[in-house]
Amino acid sequence: MKVELQRKIEDLHARYAHALDDDRLEEWPGFFTENGVYRIATAENEARGLPLPVLYCDSRAMMRDRVQSLRHANIYEPQRYRHMVSSVLVEKLDDQHVKSTSNFLVIRIMQDGGTTVFASGKYLDRILLTPEPQYEERVVICDSRRFDTLLAIPL
Amino acid sequence: MRAWPAEGATRVPYWVYQDAEIYEREQSRIWRGKTWNYLCLEAELPEPQSFITTFVGDMPVVVSRGPDNVLHAFENRCAHRGALICMQPRGKTERFACIYHNWTYDHAGNLTNVAFRRGIAGKGGMAADAKPESEAPRKFRVAALNGLVFGTLSPDVPELEDYIGPEVLPRLKRVLKKPLKVLGAYTQVLPCNWKLYMDNVKDSYHASLLHLFFTRFRINRLTQAGGVLVSADGAHHCAYTRLVEDRGDAYEKDGMRSAGSSAFRLEAPEILEQVDELQDAVSIQIASLFPGFVLQQIRNSLAARQVVPKGVERTELHWTLFGFADDDDAMTRRRLLQSNLVGPAGYISMEDGVATDFVRRGVLGAPERAAVIEMGGSAVASSESRITETAVRGLWKAWRAHMDL
Repeated sequence: MKVELQRKIEDLHARYAHALDDDRLEEWPGFFTENGVYRIATAENEARGLPLPVLYCDSRAMMRDRVQSLRHANIYEPQRYRHMVSSVLVEKLDDQHVKSTSNFLVIRIMQDGGTTVFASGKYLDRILLTPEPQYEERVVICDSRRFDTLLAIPL
Repeated sequence: MRAWPAEGATRVPYWVYQDAEIYEREQSRIWRGKTWNYLCLEAELPEPQSFITTFVGDMPVVVSRGPDNVLHAFENRCAHRGALICMQPRGKTERFACIYHNWTYDHAGNLTNVAFRRGIAGKGGMAADAKPESEAPRKFRVAALNGLVFGTLSPDVPELEDYIGPEVLPRLKRVLKKPLKVLGAYTQVLPCNWKLYMDNVKDSYHASLLHLFFTRFRINRLTQAGGVLVSADGAHHCAYTRLVEDRGDAYEKDGMRSAGSSAFRLEAPEILEQVDELQDAVSIQIASLFPGFVLQQIRNSLAARQVVPKGVERTELHWTLFGFADDDDAMTRRRLLQSNLVGPAGYISMEDGVATDFVRRGVLGAPERAAVIEMGGSAVASSESRITETAVRGLWKAWRAHMDL
């Protein structure tokens, strides 16, 4: 059972990463529950007990707005991410919920081929298991307070 | 030194963003010259003996609150061998001690002890007439303005409020009306010269044309009421927009890329809901002080942005978002929701790093060519219309005066 649960959660994280890396942004809100929370924060603000997010959504509707704005309003050079997700810890909270902690590294590839490490950090997730695993909360803690040029595509 | 184009105020030659010699001259004549530089919020130094470290241009700086509550700022460079005196970003300390040889300093930056100055057991140490303080870290004149802390190395620059002047000062005070509370901070790295960012901030003409989020959702369109204020010397500016819903269709008639669409509506519009907390019906105000400070009020999102040059073609923008100390939970939530509008992932500020980088890349082969800054004519003056580049001309007027160019 424990192995099965671990596999399920790693599968969720992997499908999430591939959707973003393959530019299937429209699928991104679907990884969350209807009132799911997505918050990008920095390790520094967290350590100082400061609430400021870099990006914050607390519903799928807000996530769809973000995607719509990226597609139709915001101007940025074409770019792709490659997510590396590792060291996935899973802890069962109750029959319906698990907590997961994992590491990420996001490499950003610009249209001219310029490739850089864009962000590293950890995901702190609360996941609802049924009917299909979905994030009730996904907090992205970036190791650095510094962001190069802009953060358009979600991490 | 190169010559400015004959047209004067309406042209900005591209070498100003490219020359290493200009960058060095700016360090001494502007950042370490006759200017007041933003250092931090007073709220970041909450109690006696608190400190933060920051930069004024390239120069590393310690800002501290003494045991007697007096604010100080001094160069973060040890009098001995030049090492950083303080390496932490912030904290509280009884004294500052350079890690290299343990020379110590008080909160005002005075050298208070030289380790083993008299040697040990009569051997070693410095001569009795040695002057280790001869290369002491430089001290800033420090002034606080409604919760903002500024410093200058110049003994000649006028008092802070006189430096800012009567056009822009009231516009800062209208935002900073109560004690502040820090909500958090981050850094946006801009791959361009620092002045490309300041031109962008002072350019009220671009806001609704580049930042489509504004116009798509009819947040800020140039058809709305507002204005631009510029200080007499051109150095400082303020642009603002009134809180009204725009029902016009000037953008649609012009067939602009940024035209709105009735089909394009936010599903979760609460991120735009503003409470008129300053009670003057202004929805957006951007104010800037020369050389590198921006105070932002975008709806209920308040922020201090500090420009830190990091070389000819690299700039760090240090954002500190804040609220008021007496904000209730609903107001804090509103500010955090609206923080989605700003910062590196901000719906309406993410593009600034892109546009300025496009200029950097576009002009690489054209140092002797120039930008055309003629919207609103050639004057540097306040304007009721935001379809003007008056504040951009003001920046260059002030810059040329400081640089003697």
